[in-house]
Formats: sequence, C-alpha cells, structure tokens
Amino acid sequence: MASPEKIGTKRLVVGAHYGVGEFMIQRVTAVILAVYTVVLFVGILMMPGFTFQAWRDLFTFGIGGFPMGQLLATLAFFSLGWHAWIGVRDIWMDYVKPTGIRLGLQVLTVLWLVGSVVYFIVILWRV
Amino acid sequence: MSDQAEKRRPQIRNINVWQLINYRLPLAGQLSILHRISGAMLFLMLPTVILPLFAMSFTSEQGFMALGAVTDTIIVKLVLLVLLWGFLHHFCAGIRYLALDLHHGLDKHSAKRSAGVVFGVSLGLTFVFGLKLFGAW
Repeated sequence: MASPEKIGTKRLVVGAHYGVGEFMIQRVTAVILAVYTVVLFVGILMMPGFTFQAWRDLFTFGIGGFPMGQLLATLAFFSLGWHAWIGVRDIWMDYVKPTGIRLGLQVLTVLWLVGSVVYFIVILWRV
Repeated sequence: MSDQAEKRRPQIRNINVWQLINYRLPLAGQLSILHRISGAMLFLMLPTVILPLFAMSFTSEQGFMALGAVTDTIIVKLVLLVLLWGFLHHFCAGIRYLALDLHHGLDKHSAKRSAGVVFGVSLGLTFVFGLKLFGAW
C-alpha cells in the first residue's frame, strides 16, 4: 500500500506534522532572506554614491506613494525572526535536556527576537 | 535480569566535550557546526550590534556621518569582521543546504566538494569585504 503517510516501506509516520511545517518554514524564510540579501546588495552596488539619502532610499523607496521599501524590509525582518526562532529552538532542543531550563531559554529567545523585530520596525517606520 | 552479572555487554556512550577536542570532523561536518555557531552568533549580535549600528546609520544624517568614527577602533573592526564572516558563512552554507534539501549533490564526493566550495567562497568574500572594512580599497 502506497499512501502518502508512508516513508520507505517500514516506517509509518504519525502525528500532527508540526516538525515538517517548521522545517518547511525555516527553508522558505531562508529563501526569502537570501533573495532580499541579494536585492539589497545589488541596490547598494547601484547607489549613485554611498550617501545618507541613498542608504535610506534603499529601505524606504515608494512606488506611486506605496511604501514598498519599508514593506519589503518588514517582511524580510519577520522572516528573519521566524527563521532564527526555529534555528535557536533547535539548538536548545539538541543540547539542553532539563525541561525547565529549556523552557526558560525558549522564553528568553522569544523575548529576544520579538524585541529585535519591534526595535527594527520602530527604526524603519519612524519618520 | 538473571544473567546480568555474567554477561557484561559493551557500553556505547556519546563522546563527551573533552573528547571533542581530538575528534576531527570531515569538511562537511565542520561546515555544519560552523553553520550552527554562525547562526547563534548572528542571533546574539542582532539586537546588540547589528540593530544599534543600523539605527545610527538610518535615523539621522549626523549618525550616518559618525558611523565611520564609531567603527574606527581595531576592536570594533574585528567584531565586525567576525560578524561579516558569520553572515557570509551562514549565507553560503545555507544555499548549499537548500540544494541538498532538493537532493542535489547528496553523494559523498559532491557533498565534500560543495563543502569546499562554500569554505572557499565565504572565506574569499570575507577577505575581500574585510579589506574594504579595514580601508584597503
């Protein structure tokens, strides 16, 4: 019987597939971050000169009054936060076995990352 | 367990931290642990180094102009160099992992070769941008 739940011929995969979802999210956010990195790098290369205004325009350019640059940067930073959450969570899961300590570290990780995202958004959207 | 005393089965344990020092990882393994270390480093430096510098450069023209002076000590430049390497390694190794996830280059020989390519590219780019950081060009 070949059902999608079967991996190979022996192993029946059960559960809610949270792990697969996180695995996929880590890859998708990685692609978003890689693409945005290349876009930023090309943008820097295309700057007329490395001035304050050109640097700001990289993140705040608009298309017909729509804040495209800020939107892209915000989406990229959300991707970064989510990507880093899965990665750092994996580190705690691999090396820290006591549940209480692991939970504490995971809470600190969430606060660290949420703080970073908020900090970035404040910088980016403050006029 | 009645025959516990007579049958002493070999115990297999995980290697401990001190044995790690003498344990030589293959190239792809070194790439892998450095991917994790660089990722953790970027995570730690995000709100402590990266965002403060970004805020300074982005918020006012005075801050943007002062950036050169702030980063003009050897310690700060070394921190930025490590940060630069961490980012480039994580970026290049990450692209290799995306290819592996799509089942490209999974065999032993190509995996070793692609690990070598990642080290070459990331260290080469670190060198080039490092020269820029230290004002060689």
